[in-house]
Amino acid sequence: MGRQTEDNRNWPQSKGTAMTRRFAVSGFVLALLGLPVLAGLAGTIGPAFGYLPAIGGNGFTFEHFAALATQPHLMRSSMVSLTAGIVATGISLVMVMLFTAGYAGTRMFSRIQHLVSPLLAVPHAAAAFGLAFLVAPSGLAMRLVSPGLTGYTSPPDWLVPQDPLGLTMIVGLVVKEMPFLFLVTLAALPQVPLAQTRHMTANLGYGRIRGFLIASWPLLYRQIRLPVFAVLAYTSSVVDMAMILGPALPAPLPVRLTQWMADSDLRMRFLASAGALLQLVLTMTAVAFWLIAERAGAFVLKRMSGSGIRQPDDRTIRRIACAAMAVSAAFVFLGVLVLFMWSVAGLWPFPSLLPHDITLQPWMRAFPQAVAPVVTTITLAGASAAAALLLAIGLLWQDDLRAGGALRFVLYLPLIVPQLCFVFGLQILGLALGLEASFLLLIFVHLIFVLPYVVLSLSQPWRAFDRRYETVAAGLGKSPLQILLRVRLPMLTRACLTAFAVGFAVSAGLYLPTLLIGAGRIVTITTEAVALSAGGDRRTIGVYALLQTLVPFIGFLIASLVPHLLFRDRRAMRI
Amino acid sequence: MITRRIFTTMALLIPLALSNIGAARATDAANWDQVLAKARGETVYFNAWGGSENINAYIRWAGDEVKSRYGVTVVQVKLDDTAKAVTTVLAEKSAGRDAHGSVDLVWINGENFAAMKRQNLLLSPDWATKLPNWGLVDIDNQPTVTTDFTIPTEGLESPWGSAKLVFFYDEARMAKKDLPDSAKDLLAFAKSHSGRFSYPQPPDFIGSSFLKQVLTELIADPEKLQKPVDGTTFEMDVAPLFAYLDQLHPLLWRKGKAFPQNYPDMKQKLADGELDIIFAFNPAEASAGIAAGELPDTVRSFVFSKGTLGNTHFVGIPYNANAKAGALVLANFFLSPEAQMRKQDPTIWGDPTVLAMSKLSEKDRMAFAAIDLGVATLPPERLGPALAEPHPDWMTRIEAEWIKRYGAAN
Repeated sequence: MGRQTEDNRNWPQSKGTAMTRRFAVSGFVLALLGLPVLAGLAGTIGPAFGYLPAIGGNGFTFEHFAALATQPHLMRSSMVSLTAGIVATGISLVMVMLFTAGYAGTRMFSRIQHLVSPLLAVPHAAAAFGLAFLVAPSGLAMRLVSPGLTGYTSPPDWLVPQDPLGLTMIVGLVVKEMPFLFLVTLAALPQVPLAQTRHMTANLGYGRIRGFLIASWPLLYRQIRLPVFAVLAYTSSVVDMAMILGPALPAPLPVRLTQWMADSDLRMRFLASAGALLQLVLTMTAVAFWLIAERAGAFVLKRMSGSGIRQPDDRTIRRIACAAMAVSAAFVFLGVLVLFMWSVAGLWPFPSLLPHDITLQPWMRAFPQAVAPVVTTITLAGASAAAALLLAIGLLWQDDLRAGGALRFVLYLPLIVPQLCFVFGLQILGLALGLEASFLLLIFVHLIFVLPYVVLSLSQPWRAFDRRYETVAAGLGKSPLQILLRVRLPMLTRACLTAFAVGFAVSAGLYLPTLLIGAGRIVTITTEAVALSAGGDRRTIGVYALLQTLVPFIGFLIASLVPHLLFRDRRAMRI
Repeated sequence: MITRRIFTTMALLIPLALSNIGAARATDAANWDQVLAKARGETVYFNAWGGSENINAYIRWAGDEVKSRYGVTVVQVKLDDTAKAVTTVLAEKSAGRDAHGSVDLVWINGENFAAMKRQNLLLSPDWATKLPNWGLVDIDNQPTVTTDFTIPTEGLESPWGSAKLVFFYDEARMAKKDLPDSAKDLLAFAKSHSGRFSYPQPPDFIGSSFLKQVLTELIADPEKLQKPVDGTTFEMDVAPLFAYLDQLHPLLWRKGKAFPQNYPDMKQKLADGELDIIFAFNPAEASAGIAAGELPDTVRSFVFSKGTLGNTHFVGIPYNANAKAGALVLANFFLSPEAQMRKQDPTIWGDPTVLAMSKLSEKDRMAFAAIDLGVATLPPERLGPALAEPHPDWMTRIEAEWIKRYGAAN
């Protein structure tokens, strides 16, 4: 106690308040993110062991796990999810790694960099539908070559999508996760002395890729490790993409879980909860496998640097990496194009390349009732992204997010624990506490998922900021807060807006939490799209998937236009 | 001092107690004027499957009507699976929220109804038969309006529309004489047209219904289906069904390694030319599809001459509904000749009515007769006999068995 007072006396006053402020912000964030996840998990664990009083579960029992074990083909379902998760994460990471290795600092890099935001804006379900409409036997790709090259006048009987190995699903996951990993890589790059190491490895005669892998990648990977685990957790527990693109017989575990949760036989809730715990184990297995793979990777890298092979000419690998990035972006954009074509299509039988007639009917029919969900989505996403942005600025300003800190881990907790495993428990908990399905509560729940992405997006430009501006301002007698408000934030306007747009897109795309916490009463464009996709009509799916894409895209558009207006007479602030 | 306090407390409590009595009476459907008075200003959250645009539009219309006539606001909570509403009510019960629940009215039948009834999740006692429009319901000729999949409704749900399994094909690709007339015929058709037929993957409602149709045709003793499953003879009872499916599956679309998601998915596949014969639970589905530009205008309907499954779908009120009076008003409006007529119009929905023509006024009867059912819709007299739905138990057991046998077809 005495020591503390002494500290307070010795340190300038502002430091003392900064300390309290720091604890306030990080404590708040710890509670905000950690508690709901843990509480939700508890709400799942209870029923898994037989505790759910509403339907007569009062005891403690293992029988639901026994029942789970007797579910037919459970192993196959689990293995499909596990392998799809690991393979999709692996491919996405290798693509990003090789592309960054080959192109970081080049014009091509910044060109592809601009594609990341719109790619992130396309929601998973929309991307999946687009991909399905593209590659199905009756899809656009087949129509392009039929009947001319193939001779097919009716679509061939091929099992795509929904192929047994889940390959289409893996492709779908890669095209959506790659942009995310690319974004976090961009965020981490400024912390790696890329130019210097490249200079050095080049002087030693290494090719771009090999030099990067040996000298920069280990540093970079350390920075993006948690997001990689988040991707791993997401891909091994994904529901919507698996439903649209994944194998059907048996379906991947998360899909079957959701079916059990939705079963009219209420006793299935127990089974579903037990299954949710299995899902948690599955995701943990994926993580364990990944940890081993990391070791193996480190070993290979070590051998590579010890071997002395320079591989100065790596143009082929570079081109392949670049092509892979471009193709995966093309899949998403072409998918959106097909969605658009279906949304205005009249009758469009196979093998016609274009619809027989164009009609605005699907849009006209959807428009009157889409207005309210669109407004709700914008309000909800706007509020949660704004709150997340404020918190993120707070966290970064306090410099609380240094590598290895507990907060950094907790920040990713909602992304690493599969949504399925805690959102239902969270719903029960909310009800038990008598919380109404209010808009405020939903904003709060969205914030849990939005904050990590906003922090990720903002941290790169934040750290890359030239501190000399602040030094100058401090030299002119400005307080830290004044420096933040008058110097740093204005100069980071563009970055803040982009982070806001990313958060906006994440919130707009959330399905499960919105449905469960909003009790179905708070209807966003995403819950509407998934409900309507149950009807399977491609025109309606096209309209809603496009609306679902358009809403976040507008956020990104604003993020890129506003700085142009603001800085139209500040040449150095333009890009 | 103490007396005064007691007096004050009582004075405060009495109106409260009175208002409670009033509330209890207001949701008694027999006292309709009070229901109407209570309902004014309420918001009804109607939980209904939201996968069909024309149905959603119909519900929106009904909402607008009850808003202007009775001051009741209707919000459709669009579900991709009705069981989600059951889950919501259950979650609320588990959290002890026995009033002001979030579901006011739910579109329901079959196993969902059975589950809610068994768990006491529905408003009781009998309210449906006390609705003013109940008198018009066709209880004599449509036994399914009071027996939902063999479970007596006991007035815990109010009929909304009827459904019948009807098949569709494209006249431009298939001759009428090739159409199958029974499940057995259908197998023969699949043999000669490999990969051109399929059914939605159970537990999809329509897919499970297909299994029940085949079982009803093939089971040795159809009477058994009206009772819960007898565990000891179940294997033997369903043996013909699975023998049939074992033969059928290699002949299906994608060789039975994947199935359409649901009936709109099959509709899309008929339009794409991936399937030749599809089916739905709504006789007007094809006409509606043609009108919407989803299907070519050469699509036509057919049924099996020995009969296809028929049932009724209902609306139910959860025990903890917040706007019970408003829900009653909406349920009653759904039964009005005006609402039923609009529902039967294939350009709007095309769902057959549950009302008895003989009980309607002359004017309403004429109006019903004047509805143009559309080029691809069979008139009611040519829809063939309706086979009764098996007890919900059968559906649950067959679905489980199906997943066990075919769940890993890949």
